[in-house]
Amino acid sequence: MREVSRKKIVVILSQSPYGGSLAREAIDYCLAAAAFEQDLQLIFTSDAVLQLLNDQQPQSIHQKNISKTLSALPIYGVDNFYVDQEALADLGLSEKDLCLPVSIVNANEMTELLANASHTLNF
Amino acid sequence: MKYSIIVLGAPYSSPSANTALNFTNALLSSGHTVFRVFFYHEGVQCANHLAAPPQDEINLPEQWQKLKAQHNLDLVACIAAGVKRGVLDQSEAKRHEKECSNLSQGFELSGLGQLVEATEQSDRVITFGP
Repeated sequence: MREVSRKKIVVILSQSPYGGSLAREAIDYCLAAAAFEQDLQLIFTSDAVLQLLNDQQPQSIHQKNISKTLSALPIYGVDNFYVDQEALADLGLSEKDLCLPVSIVNANEMTELLANASHTLNF
Repeated sequence: MKYSIIVLGAPYSSPSANTALNFTNALLSSGHTVFRVFFYHEGVQCANHLAAPPQDEINLPEQWQKLKAQHNLDLVACIAAGVKRGVLDQSEAKRHEKECSNLSQGFELSGLGQLVEATEQSDRVITFGP
């Protein structure tokens, strides 16, 4: 089944962590893809940057902590996390507010990531 | 070119499923191949056989089935997303002790591995929705 050469997949995340279930389902896809040893890069744009916030306490709204699930990705060999510089600034956050080591990227760098991808998946 | 389609939006809640259907139709009529259509997130509702839209509105689950009949499309709804939202085939209905199943004929419930395979096997992957 795995005869095709390895593809580079960029996953663009733009949903807030608890505004709907797509954020979690997008990470479920990333975990599955990681388990199948895909070459993944994650770009956090817009409200998705909030998925990376430290000290999330979503128990009171009956949600599972999304940052815990995200933190499992490096265990599966996925550690290419990119954060949209503009989105980070719009939310009034800086790198120290985030729970994983990320690369902060500007619009040009994001364009380059997309240009080098075999596929981009938007969630 | 070989395409795969990801549908994230529920029919009648967003244009996602309808646009994906039109796009898939356009691809097939221009001679492209569609490796797989993967229904994820709210898109799994496209596989709900119990949906009964008014007569004068498009019946999306039925349209997808029609396309499948014409072109032998591979229609896969994510099993985790489907079961969570009440879209079950017979074996899932049995497993979860439900009285009936409602997966439309022509659709298959399967895991995210099918989406991973679709990205591996396709030249283009297009996401619609949510």
